[in-house]
Amino acid sequence: MQNNNSVWHFFASVKLALTTLFLIATTSIIGTIIPQKESFDWYVSQYGSKTAQLFAVLDIPDMYNSWWFISLLFLLGFNLVICSIDRFPAVWKQVKADGLQVGPERVKKMSTQRGWHSESPASSNVQKITEILKKYGWQASKKQTGSDTILFSQKGSWTRTGVYLVHSSILIIFLGAIIGSLGGFKGFVSVPETMARDKVALYGSREIVELGFEVRCNSFSIEFYANGMVKEYTSSLTILENGRELFTRDIEVNSPLTYKGITFYQSSYEAYQDFVVTVVNTATGKRKSFVSAFQKQIDWPEENIRFGIINAKAKGQSIVSSKIWFTRNNGTPATQWLDDNVLTPLDGFSEEYQVNVKQMYATGLQVAKDPGVWWVYIGCGLMLFGLYVAFFMSHRRIWILVKDTGKGSEIVLSGSANKNRPGFETVFDKLASELEQS
Amino acid sequence: MDSSQLLGITTFTFLFASFLYISALVFRAETIGKVASGFTVVALFILTLGLGLRWIESYKLGIGHAPLTNMYESVVFFAWTIIIFYLGIEWKFKTRTIGAFALPIAFLAMAYASFAPLNRGINPLVPALQSNWLLAHVVTCFVGYAAFAIAAALGIMYLGKTSFGAGAREAQTKELLPPVSVLEDITHKTMIFGFIWLSAGIITGAIWANSAWGTYWSWDPKETWSLITWFVYAFTLHARYTRGIKGKTIAWLSIVGFIAVIFTYYGVNFLLAGLHSYGSG
Ligand code: HEM
Repeated sequence: MQNNNSVWHFFASVKLALTTLFLIATTSIIGTIIPQKESFDWYVSQYGSKTAQLFAVLDIPDMYNSWWFISLLFLLGFNLVICSIDRFPAVWKQVKADGLQVGPERVKKMSTQRGWHSESPASSNVQKITEILKKYGWQASKKQTGSDTILFSQKGSWTRTGVYLVHSSILIIFLGAIIGSLGGFKGFVSVPETMARDKVALYGSREIVELGFEVRCNSFSIEFYANGMVKEYTSSLTILENGRELFTRDIEVNSPLTYKGITFYQSSYEAYQDFVVTVVNTATGKRKSFVSAFQKQIDWPEENIRFGIINAKAKGQSIVSSKIWFTRNNGTPATQWLDDNVLTPLDGFSEEYQVNVKQMYATGLQVAKDPGVWWVYIGCGLMLFGLYVAFFMSHRRIWILVKDTGKGSEIVLSGSANKNRPGFETVFDKLASELEQS
Repeated sequence: MDSSQLLGITTFTFLFASFLYISALVFRAETIGKVASGFTVVALFILTLGLGLRWIESYKLGIGHAPLTNMYESVVFFAWTIIIFYLGIEWKFKTRTIGAFALPIAFLAMAYASFAPLNRGINPLVPALQSNWLLAHVVTCFVGYAAFAIAAALGIMYLGKTSFGAGAREAQTKELLPPVSVLEDITHKTMIFGFIWLSAGIITGAIWANSAWGTYWSWDPKETWSLITWFVYAFTLHARYTRGIKGKTIAWLSIVGFIAVIFTYYGVNFLLAGLHSYGSG
């Protein structure tokens, strides 16, 4: 599809690519210096109202999503498409080229070559050479014209497409990004322990998305290192659909949960004044969790028990232990100190009941749906593969001309590689020596 | 003997080897060059031991993780990759002159790590950093950075060599600096090598971000600067396909690219705010 039209030439040119790359690289700096996504008032307070207005006109406060920046990215993509359509046919022709079309004169003129004389007749030489080539993985084809026989073999002709693999990988990544931004969302939901949520508030808008299922936070916990730094945040989540529990999983930072294409990431938490009290009847195995405000009485009528949290000790924001008041069948109440979030037998009740008291939290979940992410990953994989092919693999070709002289044969071995010639020459020399000695 | 002592010894060995490589270049003395290589190999060995020991020490503290998690450790690792990469080039291209540029870079990195006001402690990892992608991300990025450092050193050599006047031409034949065409070739190959690793570094970083936050790309300053760096090298690789852009421009671009690397790695942490928590420590 060669085209002489000047618009075509403009969009197929490497000069345009250099210009676009330069513009993207330099304009990208702006958003790393001027903080992004602040309010208009914030820019006024920092830069004055004139500058803030200019920023607003140029979309500087959200420059990576601005019309002009996205246009630059599209221009790069368009440039790539046209450039590839322009150049690929010629490359493909080289990939498919039949080496046997090369005549004996050209074979003798190649820069990498070795020639020798052999006493045996041409036909036996051709056969011997074919076998040796095969041993080294060179599959040869053959053509005979008069007294000349030409053998041709090549390796890695497809590697000429390496650059195009890299270029298409960029287009695939762009495609993934577009799919993600059209068909996906990013939002946040805060789920208090023991409760379930089925809606998510999206970032950057007031929109609410219905999940189509519920996510319940069974419990949330923070683990600390000895020096007081946070070691891990963990939420136990249950997914429910139509009120039915489907499955339960723990999530941590770097270890999210995905259901129906929607992924929940551990992102933040909120501490409440309330407590989550879990009571277990060890005889029957029955267990139930309650949210209990401080110094409020809770009933569990089926077990005929009543309890409440009457005191608590805290270290900073975190509760370390709490004191429970507990009575059964309206008998004498007992009180006991319990460590936070440790299932403990209650002394006064012959270990029939075990209780876990913990401070109540809400877990903050980042919620994302991105149907384009696999395209992006495929593109990334293809890019690395393509870069390897483009830089480290080469198209290597060899020709062997065997000329029947009547008394024996004249043999010329020649070859070429489109990249890494020193590497090819080592292979070539080894092959030549073996052929010559045979 | 603990890891910090080993790293201290390495710093001074790098300094000594730098002097040796420079003297070898100035006095054109092959023997000094060989001694310089010897010291560099020894220093690399000690540095490797030091890094390994630091890794073991972190396990003894009960917070085992690879020594790649704060500014101090990453600078040391940078010096380590630079030396490995340089020795690879010395061995492959049979030239020691690049050492006069590479060793000082490694020494400066080690000296910065040892003397700048950085947190040199072995600290536990906050939840976001507890990921196998951390290792993949840091290693791939730093291999790329090391290659780019060498490419910039080669670019400087190229510019130095081509700006000697005509009078110096005779002297050049004897000179230890490799011929211009060789310099150009190694610069190009080194940049390609770095480009692949930087691509892998950006990709592993994106995958990690996606597993931690659900966004593979959020245009935070560190990400953006790594992409700017990547574009600089993409630009450089394509410049060859345009007439008029020759060795000298490429040499300058190798230096511009490395400035972008330094800004990505260092400037962003100290001059701009972002997700990457490294610098503050
Ligand atoms: C970020 C974007 C791009 C990347 C990462 C990229 C990557 C590459 C790589 C790795 C090579 C091989 C270079 C070499 O062999 O030294 C290459 C070659 C090339 N690229 Fe790109 N490229 C990009 C954008 C573009 C664009 C927009 C064009 C449009 C004109 C373009 C045109 C070319 C051409 C003509 C070649 C030479 C092909 C050949 O050897 O036959 N590239 N590209």
